[in-house]
Amino acid sequence: MRNQLKVIGILVFIVTLLTAATDKLLDNYLFKVPANFPKPSYAFANNPITKEGFELGRKLFYDPILSSDNIISCGFCHNQPAAFTHHGHDLSHGIEDRLGKRNAPPIQNLAWTNRFMWDGGVFDLDLQPIVPITSPDEMGETLPQVLKKLNASKDYPILFKNAFGVSTITTDYLMKALSQFMNGLVSANSKYDQVIRQEGAEFTEEEAAGYKVFKSYCASCHQEPLFTNNQFANNGMPMNQNDLGRYEITLLQEDKYLFKIPSLRNIMLTAPYMHDGSINSIDDVIQHYRLNMQTTTNLDNRFLKNGQIERVPLSDIEAKNLKHFLQTLTDTIFIHNPMFSEQ
Amino acid sequence: MQSTDAVKSLAPINIQFQNMANELPITLNTGKYTNASGESFSISLLQYFVSNIELISADGKVYTVPQDSSYFLIKQANPQTQTIQLNVPEGRYAKIKFVLGIDSVRNTKPLSKRTGVLDPSSYEGAENMYWSWNSGYIFFKMEGNKITENPSVAGKKFRYHIGLFGGMDKPTLNNIKIIELDLTKKGLAKVRWGSQPTIVCTADVAKMFTGNSTITIDQFGTVMGGPTSALIANNYHQMFKHKTTIN
Repeated sequence: MRNQLKVIGILVFIVTLLTAATDKLLDNYLFKVPANFPKPSYAFANNPITKEGFELGRKLFYDPILSSDNIISCGFCHNQPAAFTHHGHDLSHGIEDRLGKRNAPPIQNLAWTNRFMWDGGVFDLDLQPIVPITSPDEMGETLPQVLKKLNASKDYPILFKNAFGVSTITTDYLMKALSQFMNGLVSANSKYDQVIRQEGAEFTEEEAAGYKVFKSYCASCHQEPLFTNNQFANNGMPMNQNDLGRYEITLLQEDKYLFKIPSLRNIMLTAPYMHDGSINSIDDVIQHYRLNMQTTTNLDNRFLKNGQIERVPLSDIEAKNLKHFLQTLTDTIFIHNPMFSEQ
Repeated sequence: MQSTDAVKSLAPINIQFQNMANELPITLNTGKYTNASGESFSISLLQYFVSNIELISADGKVYTVPQDSSYFLIKQANPQTQTIQLNVPEGRYAKIKFVLGIDSVRNTKPLSKRTGVLDPSSYEGAENMYWSWNSGYIFFKMEGNKITENPSVAGKKFRYHIGLFGGMDKPTLNNIKIIELDLTKKGLAKVRWGSQPTIVCTADVAKMFTGNSTITIDQFGTVMGGPTSALIANNYHQMFKHKTTIN
């Protein structure tokens, strides 16, 4: 009997040690500012990532309970293998096979931005999920209904209690949990990162040449290390009067047809491209900048010279090398990380 | 001790909002009203935010209701919401001031500072007062139907959802309206222990169709977040009047 107790005691000790180690691992693993990244803009002081909060956020992210038909989850349009985009789909899908008007963007490195959606209409990650949850073309649900379902469920009240110490699930904690998971989705382990951080990787000759091309022609908008400057611009895509971009938020003429400059991280995984998903391949994206850009309302100044459109003058070799460089932005650890997958 | 004193020095007062359309009290769905352009209409939904209330006494002292408890959603469908109960220092009040809508700072606060009527989950269905896609509150919402002469023809539905707080990056449309009502003509509010005065205000929603700009249901049946919202907000800025004070 005494020996049995001893064994149990030792086991408990080991489990405690393991749990502590896992917690520490998670703390580090779930959110750590990569050495080559700036300070995040998310207010972590209000919502630090914990193991319980992150796992709850993950469960919610993959749970269709957030939609009105209980079929569409966040993960439905944001698939991990495609860097949390809807691979192959030009526009976001929703309940009853409805279509949104824009391409589902990747969910990665969100802690470093405070302008969400293609038009920047949302300025706080904690407010962002309300858009797809309540959009009639996406999850088509109402917030009071979501809270009702969650509070009435078997497991969620316990999980919220464990994560936040609350006995009722409210908007605030629902959004905090989702933010903890999404903030944890940091992509910073591409070959590019390993080269920049001098972790032993080296660019091939073509990649190095492509990096030069990138720095000359792309980097002012797609600023390193996030590969976006988090601003809005018009890049000469054909205008569609049904989508005025940033103007729909600000009502300023100068914002007509401006869209969020997306990150190029994991760009090889996130086809189709642009806010409307109208370009199918990265080659065609590069061709867009070389040959197809149109003189649109509010075309970005970077593409204008003396008031005339000046497309990006890449040679065939430069275009090819640029693609090689863009391939180094793929983060296979990110897309295979089991911590980010549906459990 | 101090907190007891503070509580002691505050006495109750009500502010009541009586919604009207062209001097007529509003009856949802069945009431028939006429706007400045002669269009007949009925109202199916009417609600608006009153916030950041200040009371100014006859000798010029300003009492600001603590901000966290100074947000009220006035709903035509719920008479209880039409009377705001406050606790203010004793005194003779000659003026009230409030925001029709939600101040820009609160529009940008974390969710933990958006409780009660500010909680985006607190609105059921058509009563929603929060724009998710352009983060911010709807300040004023009125929906209804134009009534046609011929009862066999369906009236045009109108939807006026007015919000926009001025933007995050650069100045954009700001439809926040500050309302000031002088109480001296129709009666000061005498706040003292043992009584509960009520400041009665009217809100004539038909004013949204006229004033600086003429708005017709035919031309502007649906206004939500676009530039026309500024015209409507500038019109309804004039909709409040002090009717009387019951001391």
